[in-house]
Amino acid sequence: MEDITRLTVHELKEKLDKKEITSEDIVKAYKNRIEDKEKDVKAFITLTLEEALEKAKKIDSSNQNNCTTNENELKKSFAGIPIGIKDNLCTKGVKTTCASKMLENFIAPYDATVVEKLNKEQIINLGKLNMDEFAMGSSTENSAMNVTCNPWNLNKVPGGSSGGSAAAVAADLVPWALGSDTGGSIREPASFCGIVGLKPTYGLVSRYGLVAFASSLDQVGPITKDVTDCATLLNIIAGHDEKDSTSYNREKVDYTLALKKDIKGLKIGVPKEFFGEGINTDVKAKLEDAIEKYKEMGAIVETCSLDIAEYALAAYYIIACAEASSNLGRFDGIRYGYRTKNYTNLRELFKNSRSEGFGPEVKRRIILGTYVLSSGYYDAYYKKAQQVRTLVKQEFEKQFEKYDVLLTPVAPTTAFNIGSKSKNPLEMYLADICTVSINIAGVPAISIPCGVDREGMPVGMQLIGNRFSEEKILNAAYAFEQEIKFREKYKPEFKK
Amino acid sequence: MNFTMKVSKEELLHIANLADLNLKEDEIDNYLSNLQDILNFAEVVNKVPTEGLGETIGTNPNYNVFRKDEVIPFDDNEALLKNAPEKERGMFKIPKVIQ
Repeated sequence: MEDITRLTVHELKEKLDKKEITSEDIVKAYKNRIEDKEKDVKAFITLTLEEALEKAKKIDSSNQNNCTTNENELKKSFAGIPIGIKDNLCTKGVKTTCASKMLENFIAPYDATVVEKLNKEQIINLGKLNMDEFAMGSSTENSAMNVTCNPWNLNKVPGGSSGGSAAAVAADLVPWALGSDTGGSIREPASFCGIVGLKPTYGLVSRYGLVAFASSLDQVGPITKDVTDCATLLNIIAGHDEKDSTSYNREKVDYTLALKKDIKGLKIGVPKEFFGEGINTDVKAKLEDAIEKYKEMGAIVETCSLDIAEYALAAYYIIACAEASSNLGRFDGIRYGYRTKNYTNLRELFKNSRSEGFGPEVKRRIILGTYVLSSGYYDAYYKKAQQVRTLVKQEFEKQFEKYDVLLTPVAPTTAFNIGSKSKNPLEMYLADICTVSINIAGVPAISIPCGVDREGMPVGMQLIGNRFSEEKILNAAYAFEQEIKFREKYKPEFKK
Repeated sequence: MNFTMKVSKEELLHIANLADLNLKEDEIDNYLSNLQDILNFAEVVNKVPTEGLGETIGTNPNYNVFRKDEVIPFDDNEALLKNAPEKERGMFKIPKVIQ
């Protein structure tokens, strides 16, 4: 039999429904795979394999005993399928560390709403996945726990901040995973690891129980092996939640129904500014191939102008850091999290706990955020960035009057070497130039692989849609995926 | 108008203090040059024509979301206190704040 861990979730589900395999088989296969490959990839912070096996056995036996299973319900159920969860999503009873010394021993007393939704489906958690500390970074090198390696080449970064999630899916350590995306943290690692990642429209998925980084930009989203799984996981996690007042109350959509191969007449805009200086030639070449493919498939592709990338990036770092400096104010060493041993009064307790508990990038962003919010600079930076945000939003709105989808690179380069950018924060920030404007505007975007560069590293393509037009970008991604069959041609080699 | 701000060491220490962070002597130069680099880059927002534009604080059109003011008891004190770095008799323990 084909290796279970190589299968997508929809393939696994088909085998489960036909009773060719059991949930226990699946979890055991992943356990073996993790025992074999995790030492190279280091994608996990916490593993929950024993609990996962117990749950799988329980689900298998209840399936056996249940003779009256309604066929429709069976079709919809994902009971017994495993998953991996980014370590900034609260899981009751299992550590949620945010890859920070600050939360090294934190055990959430409740589940995030998205985790609750997975539990309701009886989807089984295999473990919590590595990330940049508090989701701040583009390479997962800012984790206080360990550095995750890219399964395609272990000397390279997996991207970030959801680097553990992306590496685990690419390395077949989990069949799919949840990530979070504040400025590209799902799409960039998905691109670097040759898989699919979706940043949903702001408000489509509940943020309750997602440890906040920048609340007006954060969204939880799927990281998967293919577009069908992406639509499926989005079905499970999307929806209004009373506990997140920014989540949107709208009619439930079945995103898998949007996946048709036909994209004839689809209007695709290609913003020329996203292909300018600084974009690697291999990345550009693969994107150009993709554009040709879309034309062959009957889409109407036009070059357009969306000259916002640079100032959207500047606005992003101002807004994200400002929100972060406020959100991370709660870590004071009192009710949970790290507490210093070195204090004589309350203020010292606060200061020393924070100084010893946060890593260098988190402190850098808190300082930048505090600076742009401080009196005298508020108008010059923060207020101005909020106005730029209005402009970015309007520019996107204009484009979506003309186009269904915008097509851009996900990142200017493919995965870079571990250590090559970690000394220069600004250079690391520039890696986000193609992704942050999407969060600033609150629109959805998907990252899918479109080829490999001369070193064999995956190149990602970003498809951006208007607010709540996930169906359009999913279908455009699906049609392309069915044409180029990336997964059949390439797979990670764990190069050393 | 050029807003380029030159950040001084004193200013950095003031900001760090506001954010309840200590900076070690060997960290200061590094943070100072990082902050200056990033602020220089962020200057670009001041070149954007934004006259008359409103400020966007969020992208969701929802405005004033209300819900009933209901008390929902949370009983699992044990799970909450499990995370407390120091506790005593079911309470979080902090250093003396009144002299």
